[in-house]
Amino acid sequence: MFSSFMTNAWLSGTIVALLAGVVGFFVVLRGASFAAHAIPNGAFAGAAGAYLIGVSPLLGLVSFALLSALGIGMTSRRTRNDVATALSLVAMLALGAAFLSVSLIYEPTINALLFGEILGVSSSQLAPVLILGVVSVGVLAWFYRPLMFTSVAPELARARGVNATLVDVAFLVVVALATALTVPVVGALLTFSLMIGPPAAARILVARPGWAVAGSVGLSLVTVWVSIGASYAFNLPIGFFVGALGATLYLGARVVARRRVVRSAT
Amino acid sequence: MTWLFEPGWWANGTVRTALVVGGIVAVTSAVVGIFTVMRGQSFAGHALTDVATAGGAGAFLAGVGPLLGFVGGGVLGAGAMDAIGVQRVKGRDIATGVVLGAAMGLAALFLFLSARTSSATGATQLVLFGSIFTVSPSTLPEVSWLSGAVLVTMALVARPLLLSSLSVELAAARGIRLRAVGLIFMVALAVAVGMSAIVIGAILSTALLIGPPASALRVARRVGSAVALAAGLGVLATWVGVLLAYDSYYWSASHRSLPVSFFVVVVIVAEYALASVLRRRTRRVPTAVVEPEGWT
Repeated sequence: MFSSFMTNAWLSGTIVALLAGVVGFFVVLRGASFAAHAIPNGAFAGAAGAYLIGVSPLLGLVSFALLSALGIGMTSRRTRNDVATALSLVAMLALGAAFLSVSLIYEPTINALLFGEILGVSSSQLAPVLILGVVSVGVLAWFYRPLMFTSVAPELARARGVNATLVDVAFLVVVALATALTVPVVGALLTFSLMIGPPAAARILVARPGWAVAGSVGLSLVTVWVSIGASYAFNLPIGFFVGALGATLYLGARVVARRRVVRSAT
Repeated sequence: MTWLFEPGWWANGTVRTALVVGGIVAVTSAVVGIFTVMRGQSFAGHALTDVATAGGAGAFLAGVGPLLGFVGGGVLGAGAMDAIGVQRVKGRDIATGVVLGAAMGLAALFLFLSARTSSATGATQLVLFGSIFTVSPSTLPEVSWLSGAVLVTMALVARPLLLSSLSVELAAARGIRLRAVGLIFMVALAVAVGMSAIVIGAILSTALLIGPPASALRVARRVGSAVALAAGLGVLATWVGVLLAYDSYYWSASHRSLPVSFFVVVVIVAEYALASVLRRRTRRVPTAVVEPEGWT
């Protein structure tokens, strides 16, 4: 499990977990789950397109994730947010289906993109993953205060003159970057699970925002590490463990929180 | 007319089945979709597609009928979302997200296991992307009665559902049981989405559920006309999409046709853009939802 060919898996998994923990916390706080689901699917279409024209999949992932994020951000100013997200999502998926139909990609490659292939991360991919990860966290840290402000009290933030649209689009761009990194490791479908389950659990358990971010990162790390180990041990796709653990953590947190309420009431 | 209808279009049984089944699914999706868009439940509507897909993958693995898997998975998912707290607007997003995340994990497991146990390739793509051209005529009766059941249910709960979608307080004051109405709607949504996910694929399921209703709600002034317009737009997009996909076989020398879902989505996006332009032309007062008809 800790042999040399697993080194890249543990390293990339850790980077992805740190990133998903931070970004996912704000996704949950802002109620942006649908966007966080749509963007990885857009990224998947980008990867399919990259195979078609023969460029690096990471380039396709990043560009299409950004395109989805901007599409959602721009359209949702004019119409309802969830409708804008749904339309962007189907448009991206339809493009992806078209790309897949004209290019000859082997089914295992598609499955790896959809469901994750932790062993598929090579040493040459590790450097861009690390750089993009640092950039994403750096951007988040840079506009941490307006982001937190618009997430917790949108009306108050607007009254204070914070440009909510700008913050929203900037946040979606960070989600897009984080997504592009996460997709090759845990897959397009399960990137979403990692960004929702652990952060939602942390938000229930921890009240103070700063500590909740830390808790979210912690739970996300545990989820990814256990999933890598279990995936190796049982020879099953890592996505299954990420999805199952995410939901279990959330439900467990709900049970703990309810007990706490009952205890404080008596 | 051969430039528009390529050879064999009128005599092709596959095409005829695709047009009939696609039309039925488009109408059902449009009716359910109007309420989905008005209630702001597009995310749940899309998530149920993926939950249904997990059910379908499970059925594929267990060797039971795929339609049962898709619809059963969708209904189970709707129940789980309701139990976690989909009825509160605040918690809806998270409840939908957690159920969706878990369902995707299961889908990954089922698809992996079925890929390992059977040598049949393409199961993943068939389940995820689907194709209207692979529909066998024998599914027509099943699709018909499921659609009928969904449409009858929608007709029965239309009034309380509409009222509770527009004003929760007013509906509660009128004695409408919000939780029950919401749950009935979610189950109808799950059946409609599960059925369309297997027949036309997960992409088109969401596209037909959200696209035509969103376009119709931009221009229509009454709920009744919005439903009719959405059904028309949905059927139009499906049929034009099928036609273009059929024709695309003859476009390139290599004879590789593009997927139906691609063309249908192109038409739907075009319809939505047109509806947005029309709305701006008429300069109506922007409202989140259309006015309910016939209430005092």
